[in-house]
Amino acid sequence: MALCTGANQTEPLSQHHDLVPDWTAHEVRTGTTIMAVEFDGGVVMGADSRTTTGAYIANRVTDKLTPIHDRIFCCRSGSAADTQAIADVVAYQLDLHSIVMNEPPQVKTAANLFRRFCYRYREELMAGIIVAGWDKRGGGQVFTVPIGGMLVRQPVAVGGSGSSYIYGFVDENFKPGMSKEECIRFTGKALALAMERDGSSGGVARLAAITEAGLERSVILGNQLPTFSSS
Amino acid sequence: MAATAAMGFPQHLSSFNDLVPEWTSREVSTGTTIMAVEFDGGVVMGADSRTTTGAYIANRVTDKLTPIHDQIFCCRSGSAADTQAIADAVTYQLGFHSIELDEPPLVQTAANLFKDMCYRYREELMAGIIVAGWDKRRGGQVYTVPVGGMLTRQPVSVGGSGSSYIYGYVDSNYRTGMSKEECLRFAAGALSLAMERDGSSGGVVRLAVISEQGVERQVILGNQLPKFSTL
Repeated sequence: MALCTGANQTEPLSQHHDLVPDWTAHEVRTGTTIMAVEFDGGVVMGADSRTTTGAYIANRVTDKLTPIHDRIFCCRSGSAADTQAIADVVAYQLDLHSIVMNEPPQVKTAANLFRRFCYRYREELMAGIIVAGWDKRGGGQVFTVPIGGMLVRQPVAVGGSGSSYIYGFVDENFKPGMSKEECIRFTGKALALAMERDGSSGGVARLAAITEAGLERSVILGNQLPTFSSS
Repeated sequence: MAATAAMGFPQHLSSFNDLVPEWTSREVSTGTTIMAVEFDGGVVMGADSRTTTGAYIANRVTDKLTPIHDQIFCCRSGSAADTQAIADAVTYQLGFHSIELDEPPLVQTAANLFKDMCYRYREELMAGIIVAGWDKRRGGQVYTVPVGGMLTRQPVSVGGSGSSYIYGYVDSNYRTGMSKEECLRFAAGALSLAMERDGSSGGVVRLAVISEQGVERQVILGNQLPKFSTL
């Protein structure tokens, strides 16, 4: 390949060539741990902040909590490109719907728009999304749309590669009727545990609490995350 | 294939044939969740009781806590055949070594025998083993020999397919200096949570406590397992 005529300078090099790093051949993924919890009056959502291309951390301060509307957010996991594209489309569709209806959209409408997209294009997409927010009719609601395009409402939802490690913790510690502050502590702890064990999750923990009053966002920096005395 | 010569003995039917269930062509695996915890004076070991061939549960009351010597046990995960064969070989070698030494063998010795075999034959084997017990020199010890044949000592170790789901629970609940009763509750809780989430783990929880006094075994039946508010 190195001996081709000089006219075409930008000959793509083989992935096996040492001049080109391994990560240029990998898709960008939000490896990730994402989570959302309902409480009476709203929801708490959380995510880590690591985006990887192979073993390279392309972005260590990613924001995976994406606004879809004033009181509706989504947590994204899987392919970064796919989830960004889907979120953009759904945000547009929801905005138009909200204008037509002349009222704020319902969380389950947003969730259904995600589901419709993710199910129709399930063969091409790699996207695991948690939709959560507050609306007047249903209060705080969490819907999960995992890979494949199923839709189900749950009081607590976890997703992404790091979620496997915290199923036990979440099952043990979730109790219906927690307050907003308890939910925030619960989510922060769960994310910290997952980030410690999952190589594709890390960085900072981003949290968002959505209620009728509005949105409160916070960040827990790496050195402020709860630590655990594990082996 | 069904039309081949009609001798008396059964012909080998293709695995795609509807006459032969799919699980007859699958290897027997202890899908499993296993764990062991050190405390001052001994160890607590635990395992689920499910052995699967594909989706069929070949044994729902398996005993995965296998004695290697009077006060040394191992927890087996991975291929049932491989782990049984390895455990038999190590039991023989350790028994012989103990007679030569004229004293009870060290847990570290048993762990090294497992490691030697699992590492040497790492290409052919699929075995994840936790070795635990009590000896006079170092008291209660837990050693883990995962797939690949590494050996390391840990105060608490989990293994098997169900272990992924309880890393968060173990990291957040384990503390040094727990008593025997606290360790039993910790292990029973961890195994229940994993069995709830992992399809390859289930049945009953088998526990064993090994100390200077000897071995105490117990079983927690399915309907007596600790319950968590799952969704």
